[in-house]
Amino acid sequence: MAAKSIISRPVYGTLSAQPGKHHLFVADAEGALAISDLAAKVPAGFFADAHIIFIPGNDGKHVAALEALNPAQFYQGPSFASALPRLKQTLANAHMGLRLYLAGTEGLIGQAMQAALEAGIDHTAIQTEHRGSLARRVQCVHCKGITESVTTQPATCSHCGLLLLVRDHYSRRLAAFQGVCINAEDRSEIPPTEEIFR
Amino acid sequence: MSTGTTKLDVVVSDVVPVNELVTRFHFRRRDGQLLPTFSGGAHVVVEMRDGERTRLNPYSLMGSPLDTREYMISVRRDDVGRGGSLFMHRHVRPGMEMVISYPVNLFSLDLRARKHLMLAGGIGITPFMAQTAQLAADGGNFELHYTCRTASLGTYADVLRERYDRRVRLYHDDRDERIELDRLLSSQPLGTHLYVCGPSGMIGWVCDRAAALGWPAETVHFEHFAAPQPGAPFDVTLAVSGNTIRVGEQQSLLEAIEAAGVDPPYLCRGGVCGQCETNVIAHDGKFIHNDHWLSEEEHRSCKKIMPCVSRFEGRSLVLER
Repeated sequence: MAAKSIISRPVYGTLSAQPGKHHLFVADAEGALAISDLAAKVPAGFFADAHIIFIPGNDGKHVAALEALNPAQFYQGPSFASALPRLKQTLANAHMGLRLYLAGTEGLIGQAMQAALEAGIDHTAIQTEHRGSLARRVQCVHCKGITESVTTQPATCSHCGLLLLVRDHYSRRLAAFQGVCINAEDRSEIPPTEEIFR
Repeated sequence: MSTGTTKLDVVVSDVVPVNELVTRFHFRRRDGQLLPTFSGGAHVVVEMRDGERTRLNPYSLMGSPLDTREYMISVRRDDVGRGGSLFMHRHVRPGMEMVISYPVNLFSLDLRARKHLMLAGGIGITPFMAQTAQLAADGGNFELHYTCRTASLGTYADVLRERYDRRVRLYHDDRDERIELDRLLSSQPLGTHLYVCGPSGMIGWVCDRAAALGWPAETVHFEHFAAPQPGAPFDVTLAVSGNTIRVGEQQSLLEAIEAAGVDPPYLCRGGVCGQCETNVIAHDGKFIHNDHWLSEEEHRSCKKIMPCVSRFEGRSLVLER
C-alpha cells in the first residue's frame, strides 16, 4: 500500500459505488478483485449501467469473474495502450452522471486518470484502488523520456541511460513519478540497486 | 480592519430603477482611479450609515469584470427584510459618498470546466451577469437557465437574451414554465460545472438532484447570501474583550459584536466563507445554526458558532471574542 510521503504522491482508497447514471471501470490484473469486492456490496442491477475496460495480467486471470457481473459493456485488451482509444472515445461521448472507477497498478490508475483529467473530470471525483504491483512509470527530468514498470531504486533511464533516483514527486499531468540523476557530480559513483517497487 | 475587507471610498455615480422591485446602483472611486479587478461571482460589502446604525450588506457585482471604471450592484427591495435594501432604495442618491469593501469572490467560475451550466432564480441572476460577461469575452461555453416570477420581474432577462440569444433560457412562474431539471442535468457533456444562485429552496433542490444524478460535489457551485434570520433577543458574554452584550431581534450576533467595538474577521456575512468562525467557551441553552460552513458534527458539538447568521436561545453564552 502506498504511504503518503510528499503532497504529490498519490494515495488510493477502496472502490465504493457512487450515485450516478453510468459507471465506467478501468482495471488491470488484480484490479479485477477490487471490482469483485465492490460488486458484493452494490444493489442488484448496478452493473446494468456499467462498462468495464480490463487489461488482464500475464496469467490471464479474472476475466470470467468480471464477465459474470454482466456489465452492459465489457472490453478486454492486451495493454493499456490498446485500451486507450476506447477509453478516450467513451469519455468524449459521456455525459455528466458518468462515474469513473480505476483499480490495479499505479501505472494503470495514473494513465487512465490522465485521460479522465483531459476529459474534464476532477481527480478528486475519481474512485481509485491500488491492487498488485507497485512498479512505477518514471519520467527522467533530464531527457523527459518515460520509463515504464520501474521496480528498482535507483533505475536506469531507458532513453538517455542516466542513473535516476526515483522520487515520490508525482505528476498527474504526466502520470509519472520524477526521476533525477543520482550521481550527477561523479558518474563513476554507482550506488547499490535495490528492488523496492514490486 | 477585518480580513480581506479593505475599504474603498466611492461615490454613487448613478441610480437606475430596473423594474418595480429592483434598482441598480453604480459606484466610482472618489479619487477617479480604476477600481480593483474582480472576477465574475464576486461581491462587495456595502456600508450603510443608517442613523445610529451601520448596516453591512453583501451584494454581487453585476457589471463586466472587463470594465473597472465602475462597479454595479442590483438591489431587490425587500419590504419585510431587515432594512438594508429599503435603505438603498430610499436613501441612496447619485453623488452620495459611500464606503464599500474590496471585492471578494466566494462563487467563482471553475475555468477548468468544459462547459458552465448556470441556474438563476429571481435576483440570483446578479452574479451571472458578471460571469456571463467574463466568459463571453473569451469564447467560454455557457448556458443560462433563468427562472423568474413574471416577465416584468425578470430582471435583465431582456438584456441577457439580447446579448446571448439562445444561450439564455427563461422560465416564468406565472406561465407555469418549469426547468426540466433531471433532463437538463443528465444531458450535459462530461466536464460541465453547475452554478446555482437563487432562493434557498431552489439551491437545495438543484444540489440534491445533481448529487443524486451523479454530479461530483466539486462540479456543483452555489451561492446563498442568507440574510441573518431575526429571532428572540439573547445575551452574550465576550470573554476576550470582557463585554456583555445583547443581540437584538433584528440584529445578527456579528453585528452586535461589532456594535460593542470588537472587530472580528468577516467576509461574506452570509454563513458560507468561514471567516467569522468563533469558539464557544461555555453555554447553557440551544444553538440555532443557520450557516453552511460548519459541519453537522461541529453544529452538534456546540463548540463553534458562525455569528454572521446563527443565533442562540437559552440562559447564557460565552464566546472567545
